[in-house]
Amino acid sequence: MVSAAQHSAPEETPLSTVTPVPATATGRPPGPRRSLRGRRLVGLALLLVALVAGALLSVAVGAKPIPLDVVWDALVRPDLTLEDHIVVRSLRIPRTVLGLVAGAALGLSGALIQGHTRNPLADPGLLGINAGAAFLVVLGIYVFSVTDPLGYVWFAFAGAAAASVAVFVLGSVGRGGATPVTLALAGSAISALLGALTSAVILIDVAALDAYRFWAVGSLAGRDGEVLTNVVWFLAAGAVLALASAPALNALSLGDDVARSLGHSVRRTRILGTVAITLLAGGATAACGPIAFVGLVVPHIVRTFTGPDYRWLLPASALSGSVLLLVGDVLGRVLVRPGELQVGIVLALVGAPFFIYLVRRRKMVDI
Amino acid sequence: MAVLTKRAPEPPAKVPGRPALRRGRFSVVWRPRTVVVLALTALVLFVGLVVNIGRGDFPISIGEVVAVLFGGGDRGQRFIVLDLRLPQSLTGALVGGALAVSGAITQAIARNPLASPDIIGITMGASATAVFVIVIGGGFGAVGGFLTAAGLPIAALIGGLLTAFVIHGLSWRRGIQGFRLVLVGIGINAMLLAIVQWLLVVAEIHEAARATVWLTGSLNARGWEHVIPVGLALVVLVPAALVLAHGLGALQFGDDTARGLGMRVDHARSWLLVVAVGLAAVATASAGPIAFVALVAPQIAQRLVGSARPPIAASLLVGAALTVLSDVIARTAFPSPLPVGIITAVVGAPYLLYLLARHGREART
Repeated sequence: MVSAAQHSAPEETPLSTVTPVPATATGRPPGPRRSLRGRRLVGLALLLVALVAGALLSVAVGAKPIPLDVVWDALVRPDLTLEDHIVVRSLRIPRTVLGLVAGAALGLSGALIQGHTRNPLADPGLLGINAGAAFLVVLGIYVFSVTDPLGYVWFAFAGAAAASVAVFVLGSVGRGGATPVTLALAGSAISALLGALTSAVILIDVAALDAYRFWAVGSLAGRDGEVLTNVVWFLAAGAVLALASAPALNALSLGDDVARSLGHSVRRTRILGTVAITLLAGGATAACGPIAFVGLVVPHIVRTFTGPDYRWLLPASALSGSVLLLVGDVLGRVLVRPGELQVGIVLALVGAPFFIYLVRRRKMVDI
Repeated sequence: MAVLTKRAPEPPAKVPGRPALRRGRFSVVWRPRTVVVLALTALVLFVGLVVNIGRGDFPISIGEVVAVLFGGGDRGQRFIVLDLRLPQSLTGALVGGALAVSGAITQAIARNPLASPDIIGITMGASATAVFVIVIGGGFGAVGGFLTAAGLPIAALIGGLLTAFVIHGLSWRRGIQGFRLVLVGIGINAMLLAIVQWLLVVAEIHEAARATVWLTGSLNARGWEHVIPVGLALVVLVPAALVLAHGLGALQFGDDTARGLGMRVDHARSWLLVVAVGLAAVATASAGPIAFVALVAPQIAQRLVGSARPPIAASLLVGAALTVLSDVIARTAFPSPLPVGIITAVVGAPYLLYLLARHGREART
């Protein structure tokens, strides 16, 4: 879809330097604006198509081969005496819905983190939020003998929240402010520290290790449907906050001073942004386990056709996040049959090279 | 530095107030502070070793440990000290030293205090191949058992070298830049971590537990067969590092200045990197990736010595002492002994955060 958008407008690079048009701008800027709008509409349309295709694939493909017409029957006229129909309706559909929701949350949180830190390399996984969630999950298993994945949710959530606050505070403490490198390193320092503490716990308690290692890879498989109902309200609240903050983020991307002079409270925007990121990334991690790189990759791809305007960037990131997670999940099911590669691993294997590509580019994207 | 500013008229430039010791074409500047630091750290290391050897299920007093080390003691004590505890402590000291030297070199090359082999993923590369051997070896019975024992260090070494090669290649764009090296390393690290996690999932539970112990960095049950490879690596690679590091001072000013001073910049840097990777990989092969020693020890050493870049000899001793002291804590401060890597991580990670908060601006360049 991206390549299609690029073909329609070969002038790719000037786009990242087009100043974002703040919400308060009046009148219609001439020239590139029009082609940009066309590109955005085409991009969104393609995203929607990809989303539907991804969802259908996710329902249709699985460990148990089920003919497409049976899958279709299970969708439109379910017969719960048939095993295949039960598989589709009670396993694959919840899994697909989980992928849709969690992917959207991860995509949104990535776009928000990159916007607030103005750091093109930011990602909930790289910033230690996953490690925070993982540590508290292990503590929950060990100290409170939580064995039900449903019970992990709250621990994961609390851990994600604590870690994200810690990283953002550390990011802003440094003399140079939060640079891409300091944030990435603060994230890996926090990850290493929490990782060591996590190992300390799972080495004492083998049962905790056994439960933890399956949670820690990040997967859509075997997560109870109830897990989603537990976190979906947090995710919804986070999404509303995120989308509502788009105009303020546009102003912030012009610099704090300009944002202030346009009447935005920088402080309030940052606090609300951190809350939204925590709700979204924490909720998604609680539901699926730690999944890195969705939040990193998605905004970069999306930016190529939405431009830097967050009113377009945020919704498109949510859609792309869903697509990426669903496609990654389907790939994981297909690649190592009859086994399964967890989506968290698939995405790390795809996402890390993308990260390196971004690092190697002559000039990092300006956000 | 004085050489640059004074425009010395003839080659053997004098550093004011510091007599140069010369012999043929070799010369060393007499730095009393460095010598004092080296002596004191060696003393701390020795005390740490003796204390660590004394502690355990059968406590042996410090005096008796020293006596055994110098040839005395009864048979039981000699067995416990020389066959059981000394190799373990010694492995800790050597591994810590090797990691620290490796860190000192990478930090000096990247001109970045954060570019230690554990942050940029070299030790993770060694870990990933080692875990692969543990998991696969466990699944194939007797042959696997042999493979695990003999193959683990070799696999870790190959993994570390391969990873370093990939990271170096990927961060190369008309030269190596410190921050690009660090960020590429973080990316590679994330990728390898995913592979390790997947291996842990497919492993049997007891193999997973074994791999987790190893992944944390442990000195438990290390014998002379672990001491010898690291010892050999240190004997060969540290002198090489000292010779090569002669050029590090010039690298400190940037590539162009170093070239102007007549250095073959890329040549020197490549060989130093090979030495650093070799040390890190051998250390990881022996005791697992003991966290943060490579990051912290050179920084402490640099501050103690008061030099402009991480000093190699002092880093070696500081890293060794740090690891041995951490092992003392790990073995005795808790109801059940923990792997040493947990202690070094708990000490080292806050230090990394402090570095970031303090030197955010420097870290960027």
